[in-house]
Amino acid sequence: MILEYILQLADDALIMGHRLSEWTGHGPILEQDIAITNTALDHLGRARSLYQYAAEIFNALPADKKTEVFNSVAINTTVQTGKAIDEDDLAFLRDVRDYRNMLLVEQPNNDWAYTIARSFYFDAFCYYYFGFLCQSSDATIAAIATKSLKETTYHLRWSSEWVIRLGDGTEESHKRMQHAINELWMYTGEMFVASSADSAIAQAGICPLPETVAAQWKNKVADILQEATLTLPTGTWMQQGGKTGVHSEHMGYLLAEMQFMQRTYPGMEW
Amino acid sequence: MTNNKLNKNEWPLWEVFIRSKAGLDHKHAGSLHAADAQMAIENARDVYTRRMEGVSIWVVESKQIHASDPGQSESLYEPASDKVYRHPTFYDLPDEVKYM
Repeated sequence: MILEYILQLADDALIMGHRLSEWTGHGPILEQDIAITNTALDHLGRARSLYQYAAEIFNALPADKKTEVFNSVAINTTVQTGKAIDEDDLAFLRDVRDYRNMLLVEQPNNDWAYTIARSFYFDAFCYYYFGFLCQSSDATIAAIATKSLKETTYHLRWSSEWVIRLGDGTEESHKRMQHAINELWMYTGEMFVASSADSAIAQAGICPLPETVAAQWKNKVADILQEATLTLPTGTWMQQGGKTGVHSEHMGYLLAEMQFMQRTYPGMEW
Repeated sequence: MTNNKLNKNEWPLWEVFIRSKAGLDHKHAGSLHAADAQMAIENARDVYTRRMEGVSIWVVESKQIHASDPGQSESLYEPASDKVYRHPTFYDLPDEVKYM
């Protein structure tokens, strides 16, 4: 189960990073274009470390187990050649159903307010959750989390600042920020719902259940929204599925764009 | 007119000073746009310290900087050029003194 768990963390980071990277060259102002691209790279770096760890664990599996892990034809074809897989195979050769990221991170950028709201919800979660991961009994996870926490602290500051600026800005920015906060709210519940991997990991004492940070997350979100003169959504119906591989329609398009090069020119290096 | 309108919608310009390591002076690194000082520091972090260029950032709004007039450079700087005695170059240094 540790493999599935690490993929879950890695997929969150990769998909979040990819979404943010879509802003590169399109940022509202040069300085923010650079800022969001930096953040995208932080997420990609985290994804890379986690995928490398996942590949290491996968490669150590017995041959008959290896073909049971993924559904995707492309990665299974590579596995069947007997060759060891690496982080790129995990990122580029798995299809939608093999991705375990939460639905929140795959939601499209739409506009700056949506992008900020998505980052804000996610950064606040990572900030508290990684605080626990730093203490993990798994040394590799703890090391990756310790490095990530520094980045995440900055990400949360950046996205919180923007929520406040836009919320407490003009009438138009307030309206759009509130709209984005409301629209993405239903994807926040999934962060705290334990997947079977989350449960197994918690049972093994490697990391606590994600619900451990739910109260802290909600307090932080409420505080920032209040400062931003925005209203905390109250809806209780939540979307879920991403952590078990059941994704929204957007995910297929995202992967199509992200994986196109590797699928069209298999094994190409750049 | 169009120029005025453009300026009104643009964030103010800030000058960025970076200290590359503890003990050294802050040096002018460049300028950027930001809505306020807090954002200017954050933007500076992303624009000017991505490759470990700094350990401390100062920002100051560009309009707060007062500069000398290049048109006055003759009167300001040229009088110094024939006053070599202001440089400590007329001392014989003993061989033992290094790094001077």
